[in-house]
Amino acid sequence: MIELLINLIVSVMAAATPLLLAATGELIVEKVAVLNLGVEGMMLMGAIAGFAVAHETGNLPLALLAAVAAGMALSYLFAVLTLTLQANQTATGLALTIFGRGFSALVGAGYVGIAAPTIPKIHLPILSDLPFFGPTLFNYDPIIYLALALLAGTAWFLTKTHAGLILRAIGDQHDAAHVLGYRVIRIRYIAVLFGGAMAGLAGAYMSLSYTPLWAQDMIAGRGWVALALVTFAAWRPFWLMIGAWLFGGMMYLSLYVQGLGVPIPSAFLSALPYLGTVVVLVLISRDHRRIRLHRPAMLGRPFQASS
Amino acid sequence: MLKLQPRQSPSPFWSWASPILALGLTAFIAGGIFAFMGRPPILTVYTFLISPLFAPNGIASLAVKAAPLIMMGVGLSLAYKANVWNIGTEGQFTVGAIFAGALALALPDAPMWVIFPAEMLAGIIGGILYALIVAWLRTSFNANEILTSLMLAYIAQYLLIYLVTGPLRDPMGFGFPQTALFSDEADGPRIIANTNLHFGILLAPVVAAAAWMVLGHTVLGFQLRVLGQAPRAAKFAGFSEGKLVWLAMAISGGLAGLSGMFEVTGTQGQLSTNISPGYGFTAIIVGFLGRLNPAGVVPAGLLLALTYLGGDAAQINLGLSNSITGIFQGILLFCLLGSDVLINNRLLWRRRVAAGGRA
Repeated sequence: MIELLINLIVSVMAAATPLLLAATGELIVEKVAVLNLGVEGMMLMGAIAGFAVAHETGNLPLALLAAVAAGMALSYLFAVLTLTLQANQTATGLALTIFGRGFSALVGAGYVGIAAPTIPKIHLPILSDLPFFGPTLFNYDPIIYLALALLAGTAWFLTKTHAGLILRAIGDQHDAAHVLGYRVIRIRYIAVLFGGAMAGLAGAYMSLSYTPLWAQDMIAGRGWVALALVTFAAWRPFWLMIGAWLFGGMMYLSLYVQGLGVPIPSAFLSALPYLGTVVVLVLISRDHRRIRLHRPAMLGRPFQASS
Repeated sequence: MLKLQPRQSPSPFWSWASPILALGLTAFIAGGIFAFMGRPPILTVYTFLISPLFAPNGIASLAVKAAPLIMMGVGLSLAYKANVWNIGTEGQFTVGAIFAGALALALPDAPMWVIFPAEMLAGIIGGILYALIVAWLRTSFNANEILTSLMLAYIAQYLLIYLVTGPLRDPMGFGFPQTALFSDEADGPRIIANTNLHFGILLAPVVAAAAWMVLGHTVLGFQLRVLGQAPRAAKFAGFSEGKLVWLAMAISGGLAGLSGMFEVTGTQGQLSTNISPGYGFTAIIVGFLGRLNPAGVVPAGLLLALTYLGGDAAQINLGLSNSITGIFQGILLFCLLGSDVLINNRLLWRRRVAAGGRA
């Protein structure tokens, strides 16, 4: 029983991490009222960039850096198109996903079915060997801790710092922020790049730790789930974490039940996380007022300086 | 430095010239990528974009690929005009194919004049029903249709996998994940006998013409456009937003379902796990490239169909992965969105006056 519980916690933590990383990035992007639907594409780019560099060099920090750079490169393209050239954000985000899919498949064609070094777990003396708390608290790979730290940092940044206040002001009232002298477009650029970096890292976590292989389309909709997660959390960091565990739990459950050999067709179980996402979205979105209360008021609206 | 100056009114010239500029830019960038990969850029772009047209059966293959793209692109144009972001057409395509395929398998002995119209109807109904889930979730629960329609596309794929590995699997199929072949009657009429030039190829331009009429010359089309451009005005005018959302989803979903029906009956003759090479997502690009105008969707659909043939040609003749189709499509959409800036802005070359003047 305890063994099962430990297994559950450890697996859910791992499944939740790519969602949490990508959603934390998208949270900041949406806080400045930009909607980047290209998370899936950026994660795929991060996944292949990280995997390829890890395979070629064996250097994991370099691989993670490459994944972050790949995500940022794609998000920079998004920023130029939507922020400088005022292109439609929905369409540009979709373009990012379509392009990321194709590009990662092309680059990844030579990496299918081969191995790369994986991110090792941290083993702390004494702590990692504690009964129950050892495996569930002190025996993860560093990215899991990093994801939680980045989320905590984001929460602190948004609510406790002046820069976070400016960020939120730009999301809620960009014209006023502009009049006050804040550089709306520049700050949005930075936020979008942060989102890209996080999505890239999330992708690398997938290909270097969660399922340490490269396979075409291996992100399998997690980028979209991360987007749903931001809505689920109503743009609040704490709820992002709860949501990531919930969605990660659904993903783990669908795998776990398939492993048990219950007489439910495995395709149904595989579809479960997607169905769960729809159900959760519906339950959350029902409350108009709650969404409107927390939603960045300018979300998706372009800004053009009047001068 | 280059500077953008907003125009007084959108430029009609650039609205149509922008896709052509985008195509030129895309060919140029793709050539650059090929050169970077150590391939002869001009030959590769030629192989990708031009050579498929001169291949034996090139035009026929183009028509087969273009038919679903045009039909779905038309449906999406109507929906996107109304600000209804159905991006799960891949799922509605799949469910339409499943409905039609199941019917074909259930009635193996039915004559063509019975089974073929029935399949078309089944495909349309399947697509509509699946799309209306999204409409219902948006109008009743305020759920974002982008996310729900996309999640439902994944679910439809798993439903298909379940069916072709389970209840609908061909018992004589050596365990392959596919159904038995449909009867010749169920495969429907052909434009030329013994080819895969199916009836849908004739229907696609008709659908585009009908949608063009509806969008430009009927009250319904007007309502859809107002809902998209000025939702508040639509509200004041008393247009029911909910009704229009349902309608936009039903039209785009129904056309996707019909495309799925033609694809499995007309070209594949059975259901299997991969019935679509991403038509549903490519149709989104078709819609945008066609300016969300059914008349523009036809050439856009032909062009995007060409990218599929080009991917195959590059794979066969040059040994490249056919995933360059996706890259090309992505770059094309990027370039289009970038070029579209010229519709609302003039590009000026201006010397920078003072430092730090940027917003």
